[in-house]
Amino acid sequence: MIVLKRLALWFGLPAILIAVWWAFTAQGVNFFVPKPDKLANTFVTVWFSEKFFTDVMPSMGRLLISLAVSLVLGVALGIAIGLSRTLRWLLEPLLEFIRAVPSTILIPVLLLLIGINDAMKITVIVLGCLWPILLNTIEGVRSLDEVLKNTALVYRLRGFDRIRYLVLPGASPLIMAGIRHSLAVGLILLVVSEMFASTDGIGYSIINFQNRIAIPEMWSGIFLLGIIGVLLSVVFQAIQKRVLGWYYGLKEASNDG
Amino acid sequence: METQTPILSSVAVSTLPTRGHTARRAAQWTAAGPYVLGVAGILAALIAWELFSAFGPVSQHHLPPPSVVIPTFLNNFTFTQFWLTVGQTMWAWFLGLTLATFGGLAVGLLIGSSSLLRTGTHTTVEFLRPIPAVGLIPLAALLFGPRIGAELLIVVYGCFWIVMIQAMYGITDIDKVADDTVRTLRMTWLQRVRHLVLPTLLPYLMTGIRLAATVALILAISSELIVGTPGIGRAVAQAQLNDNPAAMIALILTSGLLGILVNLIFRFIERKVLFWHSSVRSEVAA
Amino acid sequence: MTASKSDIRLSVQQVRKVYGAGSRNEVEAVRSLTFDLHAGEFACLVGPSGSGKTTLLKCIAGLLDPTSGEVVLDGRRVSGPAEGMAVVFQEYSRSLFPWLSVEDNVELPLKTSGVPKAERKARVKDALDAVTLSHAAKSYPWQLSGGMQQRVAIARAVASNPSVLLMDEPFAAVDAQTRGELEDLVREVWKRLDMTILFVTHDIDESVYLAERVLVLSSSPTIVQADIHIDLPDVRSQADTRSLHRFGELRHQVYEEVQFAKTNPGGERMSVRDGLPS
Ligand SMILES: Nc1ncnc2c1ncn2[C@@H]1O[C@H](COP(=O)(O)OP(=O)(O)OP(=O)(O)O)[C@@H](O)[C@H]1O
Ligand SMILES: [Mg+2]
Repeated sequence: MIVLKRLALWFGLPAILIAVWWAFTAQGVNFFVPKPDKLANTFVTVWFSEKFFTDVMPSMGRLLISLAVSLVLGVALGIAIGLSRTLRWLLEPLLEFIRAVPSTILIPVLLLLIGINDAMKITVIVLGCLWPILLNTIEGVRSLDEVLKNTALVYRLRGFDRIRYLVLPGASPLIMAGIRHSLAVGLILLVVSEMFASTDGIGYSIINFQNRIAIPEMWSGIFLLGIIGVLLSVVFQAIQKRVLGWYYGLKEASNDG
Repeated sequence: METQTPILSSVAVSTLPTRGHTARRAAQWTAAGPYVLGVAGILAALIAWELFSAFGPVSQHHLPPPSVVIPTFLNNFTFTQFWLTVGQTMWAWFLGLTLATFGGLAVGLLIGSSSLLRTGTHTTVEFLRPIPAVGLIPLAALLFGPRIGAELLIVVYGCFWIVMIQAMYGITDIDKVADDTVRTLRMTWLQRVRHLVLPTLLPYLMTGIRLAATVALILAISSELIVGTPGIGRAVAQAQLNDNPAAMIALILTSGLLGILVNLIFRFIERKVLFWHSSVRSEVAA
Repeated sequence: MTASKSDIRLSVQQVRKVYGAGSRNEVEAVRSLTFDLHAGEFACLVGPSGSGKTTLLKCIAGLLDPTSGEVVLDGRRVSGPAEGMAVVFQEYSRSLFPWLSVEDNVELPLKTSGVPKAERKARVKDALDAVTLSHAAKSYPWQLSGGMQQRVAIARAVASNPSVLLMDEPFAAVDAQTRGELEDLVREVWKRLDMTILFVTHDIDESVYLAERVLVLSSSPTIVQADIHIDLPDVRSQADTRSLHRFGELRHQVYEEVQFAKTNPGGERMSVRDGLPS
């Protein structure tokens, strides 16, 4: 009974929405909105074909590589800047400015400088994804608990040990928050960079369908982006649950007390 | 011994002021350091850019040095066309953000206030929200062509979810204890909203709007870049077609300045609002 | 209690600490503190709130540089956290690494100082046994009660075999029952491992019960106002020791000094009663 109710709650609204959509498109032919069954068919034929290897895989590759690069750069620089007051003072205004640049606007310039290739797209995505991770890491390092820092000093945790056992885990809740933000930004930049200048990828495909006025195909691309977004956030949440298990436990414990 | 004593004491006397002196130096540095080093950092970056442009692996034409870009950047300020372009971007930004804020707030409050609605809409929201707004660019282009409607569709879609989710968190978070306390005080509905709902909701909402404001700028410019709606994004794309990198980079600097302006505005508003918020809090406590 | 000049373990010489020196809001937390601790001695430091106890402890631990004066550990001047010194902080919940399990918390200092794995495991086990927490080895600190967390911190401190153990009001935040147990635990560990302990507390009973020697600080600006030898039997128990006549006398004596300290900044007199251990 409870299971049924839960199922109804989870799938009720999507079912109603699809029914309405069906009813709406069944009346006549709407130029901009394809019928649900047509869209489902198109989705399968378009994306479960060689396009999966020629467009989806390259896009995902670019995104994941860029995220990895942003993570390594952001955390490494963030720790250095967070730990050094001089570096912080030196770089803060500069970073504040670079971060404020809406990163998609860099695409045309990077196109000139690097050319239409993966390196350009990865650079654009990294230039967008880096900031949330970098700034959160700095903040995380700076907000390390004073007593914990003293404890680490007393037990002579130095250099790499200090970073591995104190700084990184201590900053990890904020680093994870930064990564979550980066995921959303990264997907935006991936799509825009592929739309603006590319010969393959999901963004390129979607804009190509639009130019050919292939409406159902275009919609199927938008849906694919939604699915990728959901997958990314599911994977991220699973990782976060593992990495930050201690943090949620700690928070719960201090809320009880 | 007798000759040593004065030496010792003179050492003691002379070390004391030096200690005080270095300490005062340290205090002064703490106050001035951020400004001195901050300016130094920016200057160093400009010099590095100048040198890279002159001696680096890319042609100077593609990456003009700051000594070329900055005059272009400043010169822009004298053109009406430039201000018009900036105005177009900011107008779309403002309109899109406003619409998204009111829409997101209304829907977020509605859904957040009932746990049935929250669970009932969960799957739908979790599917629609991650669709990157820029994915809708082709649809917007088909529906509106290169006009502001296309830009608004994208900005509103992207920002709506951010505000909505924050509004939902805020309304869900209203402290049960505070709720009971206020209920026992027999406040009217209006007083409850003013003294309990708003103070809890506002910090969440402000966070949402601030996040949305930055995203809105990115989305507005993306749409200008690809759909060709008027604004800075389109100006950059045109400069690229005209093979004018100096103009492009000057526009990028402008966009960074706009980004900073947006941040400053929201920091200012937030301070005002949170000030108001804390004053209301203390009223309740009294 | 036979102590000679040669077995001085920790020497605090005219330590002075001024916070924010050179700025407009200078605070002279500690004026001039001088005392020695001998090897194997258990001393308590009592003083009014804000008298600079934590400040002094941080200077000894090498976490703060004294404005002038020096701290000498085993003949070497302390200029940073020194080997052979361990600290138990008052804020136990914030001093354990919440992302490490209890045993990993105890093991970490051994690991980073290069103790071989087999020995490490054995020492962690011994330390956890000593504080009767073996059953909680795999738990996380935040899953434990306050008293248990403080026991983990003590286990971590003793596992590294320190020659000097500094404790800053370690039991201020635990309930009275647990507190008694922890006090006995500390004395037991002290006897077994032959450490020098400097224990900060503002609880007069606790200081007399625990220590062989009580140092009373004046209120700020701070000096050592009294140095009292505690001549209670070596074997102590909560019920018996506290009801001894001598316990009452000593408690009274310390109480008087603390009362005097509260009203007398920079302590105008230096009273040495019952003699320093000679
Ligand atoms: N970081 C600091 N900066 C400036 N002043 C400080 C700082 N830490 C402590 N003080 C001041 O130094 C004095 C001594 O502080 P300290 O914490 O050492 O006292 P305490 O004896 O440990 O007090 P308590 O019993 O309350 O723990 C106080 O007046 C305090 O305000
Ligand atoms: Mg203290």
